[in-house]
Amino acid sequence: MADRMKIRATMAGDVAEIKVLMAHPMENGQRKDAGQTIPPHFIQNISVEVGGKMVIQGQTGTSVSRNPVFGFKVKDAKAGDKVVITWRDNKGDSRTDTTTIA
Amino acid sequence: MKNTISIGIALMLGVLPPLTFAQEKDATEAEFEKFRTEMEDSNPAELFEMKGEDIWNEKRGPKNVSLAESCDLGKGVGVVKGAYAAMPRYFADAGAVMDAERRIVWCMVEKQGFNFDDIAKKPFQGRNDTSAPDITNLVTYVAMHSKGMPFAVPLDDPKVKDAYLTGKEITKYRAGPYDFSCNTCHGVDGKRIRMQNLPNISTAAGAIKGVQGWPGYRMTGGIMLTHQWRINDCFRQQRFPEPRYASEVITDILTYMTGNANGQIYNGPGIKR
Repeated sequence: MADRMKIRATMAGDVAEIKVLMAHPMENGQRKDAGQTIPPHFIQNISVEVGGKMVIQGQTGTSVSRNPVFGFKVKDAKAGDKVVITWRDNKGDSRTDTTTIA
Repeated sequence: MKNTISIGIALMLGVLPPLTFAQEKDATEAEFEKFRTEMEDSNPAELFEMKGEDIWNEKRGPKNVSLAESCDLGKGVGVVKGAYAAMPRYFADAGAVMDAERRIVWCMVEKQGFNFDDIAKKPFQGRNDTSAPDITNLVTYVAMHSKGMPFAVPLDDPKVKDAYLTGKEITKYRAGPYDFSCNTCHGVDGKRIRMQNLPNISTAAGAIKGVQGWPGYRMTGGIMLTHQWRINDCFRQQRFPEPRYASEVITDILTYMTGNANGQIYNGPGIKR
């Protein structure tokens, strides 16, 4: 089971600033441990919903670091809006976390 | 004329390189500082802190109690606020001076009934480990709750003072195949290993650099490491025998370092290159 994300969402003027920390090993499939290749394990899809509206859908690959940080700026949002962030990795594991814009 | 030119060139060669080197070093340092400040805003250490919080509140171990309802870090049972910045301190129930990590291990063993040897088997996160040991998460959680508070090691307590002085002695002790002491590198100003400037922990300004940023998230490998690990690794780098986990030796050194940093603000778990 994947670990919780840490999401911070605040209004900066009329733009919502969302920062999210994801706990993920992000193995790129090229590293070796005792001669054995460590199989790739990385986040492939990220989606961000603000106030019930899908605002970001993205694909990520193996060049993203372990425990990555993503930052987004979203227009047309207001304090109190619900932020739902989901990631799905190449092994089919996924995680969804929610917060409200402060 | 020709002579003057060659003297001129010789002078340039003699004088310029150290100057450019010093400037480059400062510039690199400044760039790195900028990077660190930016990263501190969303430090992955927070992920470990969240896990630590869960572990702190969860009923665990053979005795099925949580640390939140049994562990006293010096501010009362279950209180974490400000505890990290006020340790190492003397604990009457354990009859010893303890730093944060050693105290939490003590609580896990005495209050929750865990076996010390099990914890000591894998106390630090390794290079290829995708998750940190429970104890590292717990230390990160506790440390986060001293963010923005001044270090306040109770050096007026004779037992703590004693640990401080022992720590001071240890930093002077030269041994091992390189005949090093801690002070060889950390007892004078202006020393470095490769491009890393080394803090002089005998001064207040240096000591704060030494204790600041621990526990820290290391970007290389993406792992979380505690101050206990740092001191342990110093022994390894000195080619000393490594102390056993949560050893008194480490508490003594931490008392000395943290004591020297007293009164200065702790910025919480850090981020390392």
